[in-house]
Amino acid sequence: MAVRSVRWTRFLLYAALVLLAAAYLLPLYMTIATSLKAPADIRLDTVWEFPRELSWESYAVAWERFAPQLRNSFILAVSATILSTVMGSMNGYVLSKWRFRGSEVIFPLILFGMFIPYQSTLIPLFQFLRSTGLYGGLPGLVLVHTVYGLPITTLIFRNFYAQVPNELLESASLDGAGFFGIYGRVMLPLSVPGFVVTVIWQFTQIWNEFLWAVTLTRPQAQPITVALANLAGGQAVQWNLPMAGSVLAAIPTVLIYIFLGRYFMRGLLAGSLKG
Amino acid sequence: MKSRQDRLIAIAMIAPSLVLLAVFVYGFIGQTLFVSMSDWGRGAALAVNPELSFVGLDNFRELFTGFLDVRFRQDLVNMLAFSVLFVGGCLLVGLLLATLLEQGVRGEGFFRTVFLFPMSLSFIVTGTIWRWMLQPRGGVNVLPTLVGLPRIEFAWLTSRDQVWQWNWQDVPVILGVLAALACVVMAGRWWLAGGRKRAVAAGALAAAALAWTFTAATEIEVLPFPEYHGFNLALAGVVVAAVWQMSGYTMALFLAGLRGIPDELREAARVDGCSWWQLYRYVELPLLKPIIWSAVIILGHIALKSFDLVFVMAGPDNAATSVPAVSMYLTAFRGNQFAKGAAIAVVLLALVSVLIVPYLVSTFRSRGAE
Repeated sequence: MAVRSVRWTRFLLYAALVLLAAAYLLPLYMTIATSLKAPADIRLDTVWEFPRELSWESYAVAWERFAPQLRNSFILAVSATILSTVMGSMNGYVLSKWRFRGSEVIFPLILFGMFIPYQSTLIPLFQFLRSTGLYGGLPGLVLVHTVYGLPITTLIFRNFYAQVPNELLESASLDGAGFFGIYGRVMLPLSVPGFVVTVIWQFTQIWNEFLWAVTLTRPQAQPITVALANLAGGQAVQWNLPMAGSVLAAIPTVLIYIFLGRYFMRGLLAGSLKG
Repeated sequence: MKSRQDRLIAIAMIAPSLVLLAVFVYGFIGQTLFVSMSDWGRGAALAVNPELSFVGLDNFRELFTGFLDVRFRQDLVNMLAFSVLFVGGCLLVGLLLATLLEQGVRGEGFFRTVFLFPMSLSFIVTGTIWRWMLQPRGGVNVLPTLVGLPRIEFAWLTSRDQVWQWNWQDVPVILGVLAALACVVMAGRWWLAGGRKRAVAAGALAAAALAWTFTAATEIEVLPFPEYHGFNLALAGVVVAAVWQMSGYTMALFLAGLRGIPDELREAARVDGCSWWQLYRYVELPLLKPIIWSAVIILGHIALKSFDLVFVMAGPDNAATSVPAVSMYLTAFRGNQFAKGAAIAVVLLALVSVLIVPYLVSTFRSRGAE
């Protein structure tokens, strides 16, 4: 009797999980199925049917249309990720191993910057970029993403470096290493996982960002999120194109997530100050 | 040990970041505050360097009580309703997923990946996909017909129906009652904890709040006419998409929390004859409480800031489903009413700060004590 009831609960458990997983995957199925249909085959009564003949045309059109914006997003995400990660690493090193008077107060003040609604700095930011001639182009956007990325990168590195035992630093220091010597010989070799977590987190965030992308760029510098929103937001859309565009826009971050999900999770937990 | 020169180098290395953040975060917030109390976009011309005059809290007064800014008030109501449903949905679904996965299932890694992958998407991608899923005569609505059930007839994103309607003129009374309730709760907690004096003081405050509510508050004229606001059903679709995207996050938090509970504790409870449900309800859930709180705060502040998803799913020009973050963008960057846009941004910042500042303070106070 007991064995049977255990079996039943196991069965129910797996049934529930499979159902839930199917529900989570439905939008993915729908996206791929729609993107592989010829525009004429997209009818509301057959939306859930997988196309009998695969049509790759949507992807060809979407690629041609979105290639410049994908390129913009790529340049933006790579540059701002590198800059904010390098600066965050230095900040984390100073805040964990070279504390100075007031550094404990400064740290939460830095972190506040990653929680604010960015609307609250948007108007002065817009004015600032216009007055410096950076408005509308990628360099301005790189600057913005770098600066507002500093709180999270600093946080991840500070928590990471705090685990490095001080004895290691002291012995390096006895060997005559100074500020940069310790960083290069002790911290840097140990911080590969820290860099992976930060780079993945920043790349994903910057690639996916929309508010600055839509307010601070001119059409030539538009990232992919803006182009996709413009396409999907229009009336009487042909849905195969937005779906193919969504797949193209999602591929880089989803690939990162699938192959490096463990590190993605660590960034996620760090962002809620629990990492 | 650490030389003076090295200490100076350390400060010099962090200085650029500190200066940038001081300007881009605190300086710009200050400037936004200033703009929100100016007439930029109203009296002031649309020049690059317009002459701004100080108008005090006029913009805020207009937002909350002005005839023309009814949209902002509907935005606030939408945002609060969205936040409650989104946070509640993520907590429930996340808890369910984490509890199921915690039972030692085969293929856990696969399931975890499936529930978490929406987290890696942009809200713009999620919004585009779900807008297609929620077409009135397709997607989710025809899903039941695949197994022979009738079609769902719900206009997910275009409905104009409102539920839970209330009058904006009642805001002072509602706030008064809420304040009184909060005081009563505090009083009760202190009473149980043995702080009698504090409890009595809180009780007295509750009575004062109630007295004020039913005398002075009813006299305040917020608006000269009744104005009804409610939860717009068209936002339901946005809530579904948002929960789909973010419930994996709560699942991950809860899973980490459940894994952190020492096995000895579970063993002890089992030895004492706890059933599975008792163990879950009286041992595991209480231990998850701090995680639930931080999830509420993180998700809550994301909900208050929500912009992308509403923008792409309901459209920026859809006043019925708008939220303050979207209106701020439209007011400032399409309507050129920078002062009013700044005022909306300040309201948003204030709401987010109410959640985040205590969270930051408590996090760092407890860390300092370690």
